[in-house]
Amino acid sequence: MTRFELTDLTVLLRESAGENEGVDLDGDIQDVSFAGLGYDSLAMLQTTGRVEREWGVLLDDEAVFEAETPRQYLELVNRALSERTAA
Amino acid sequence: MSATSALDRPHEDGPGATRRPQAVVTGIGVAAPNGFGARAWWDAVLRGENGIGPLTCFDASGYPAQLAGEVPGFVPEDHVRSRLMAQTDRVTRLSLAVAKEALDDAGADPAELPEYAAGVVTSSSAGGFEFGQRELQALWSQGGQYVSAYQSFAWFYAVNTGQISILHGLRGASGVLVTEQAGGLDAVAQARRQLRKGSSLVVTGGVDSALCPWGWVAHVAEGRMSASEDPDRAFLPFSASACGYVPGEGGALLVLEDAEAARARGARVYGSVAGYAATFDPSPESGGCRLGAAAALALADAGVRPDQVDVVFADAAGEREADRAEARAISELFGERGVPVTAPKSMTGRLSAGGSSLDLAAALFSLRDQVIPPTIGTERPAEDCPLDLVIGTPRTGVELRTALVLARGRGGFNAAAVVRA
Repeated sequence: MTRFELTDLTVLLRESAGENEGVDLDGDIQDVSFAGLGYDSLAMLQTTGRVEREWGVLLDDEAVFEAETPRQYLELVNRALSERTAA
Repeated sequence: MSATSALDRPHEDGPGATRRPQAVVTGIGVAAPNGFGARAWWDAVLRGENGIGPLTCFDASGYPAQLAGEVPGFVPEDHVRSRLMAQTDRVTRLSLAVAKEALDDAGADPAELPEYAAGVVTSSSAGGFEFGQRELQALWSQGGQYVSAYQSFAWFYAVNTGQISILHGLRGASGVLVTEQAGGLDAVAQARRQLRKGSSLVVTGGVDSALCPWGWVAHVAEGRMSASEDPDRAFLPFSASACGYVPGEGGALLVLEDAEAARARGARVYGSVAGYAATFDPSPESGGCRLGAAAALALADAGVRPDQVDVVFADAAGEREADRAEARAISELFGERGVPVTAPKSMTGRLSAGGSSLDLAAALFSLRDQVIPPTIGTERPAEDCPLDLVIGTPRTGVELRTALVLARGRGGFNAAAVVRA
């Protein structure tokens, strides 16, 4: 099964919401909060729209809001992907 | 209401009424079809350089009008941060660049002011139209999940005010006015009210841009656009050959400050916004144009007599009937050919809300440089427009202390502003 990786996320973040000055999305950001990376809730909403369309999943709004770091967000997406495969 | 009664009338309601600080312009930023940046634009204006040309931002070959005034040489990435690119329409990107130029020009650092002392009041006629078109297309053709989350505000009239406010930390009283071409003056008047209520600095004026198919068909539907294919003959205000207007994009933002505060920080001052008034036309069926009343009221507000006005920047519709009405209004106030009149917008087309704030910038630069910029295209005013129109080349050798700027917005809005050196 294809996994949603950090690089998949950073590509979509960049395309959906740009990149803050002074932030290196290619660095070790797994546990840096999205707020710390310069992304607000609207940026996450926009990015999530892209993830849902391009990966064919539906993510729970509440769960997206609660995923504060890339690690948590990746877990959320991958869980949805595996549930879809299982279904 | 007569001009005299306006003189007797208290100017503002409320407890702030006793204090009437003077509002002065300390910074100017410009994006215009004949120059990006205030200096480039003003130099082009004095050269009489035409910024109107074939529309390039989309293929307009299927439309009845194909000329526009587009801002040249604007590279959004050079002016707008990456985080803002995905969430902004072209009009907001232009606004951010112009606001930055105005603040830099003023040498003002909003961070040094108290938190709520500085605000933003802009005017917008279309909001982020191109952004809105793209997202609506996504909605019909692909579905709701393809619409950008940023559509929630990127299309909105107030978006330029909001983004300028956020970027520069201008958290004081702010707002947006939607009165089409009159908006550039109406916004500045609202900014002046905020100064009277205690703000010390307001970024104000208008920038518009809606040169996308959706914006274009709105102009086409109104039926007043010039169908000419010759950029030098398409927009001819006050000419007997006037054949409609050419739309354009851009405008100007000004930094308006309390004169005392500006003086205290040693700011360079372009001039003061000494008078303003707005009127509304009666219904088209009953006819009549209230532009002249707005002009008379603005002069009264400034405490200026018509014979003290040195130059008039005309609204310059470029349509026979509207030109006649404006010429009549000017002649009634100043006498036939009684005051120099000019229309530098003949070089840019009509920029909606951006047009009148750009004329304010032109008026202020005229006072600074003691030169009246020319009207181009029009070779002589029509017989039924008895104006002393400054044509072809700039006029110098007249002492310029007071300028009147006139504007009419689609739908019956009239505004007039008086600026003094």
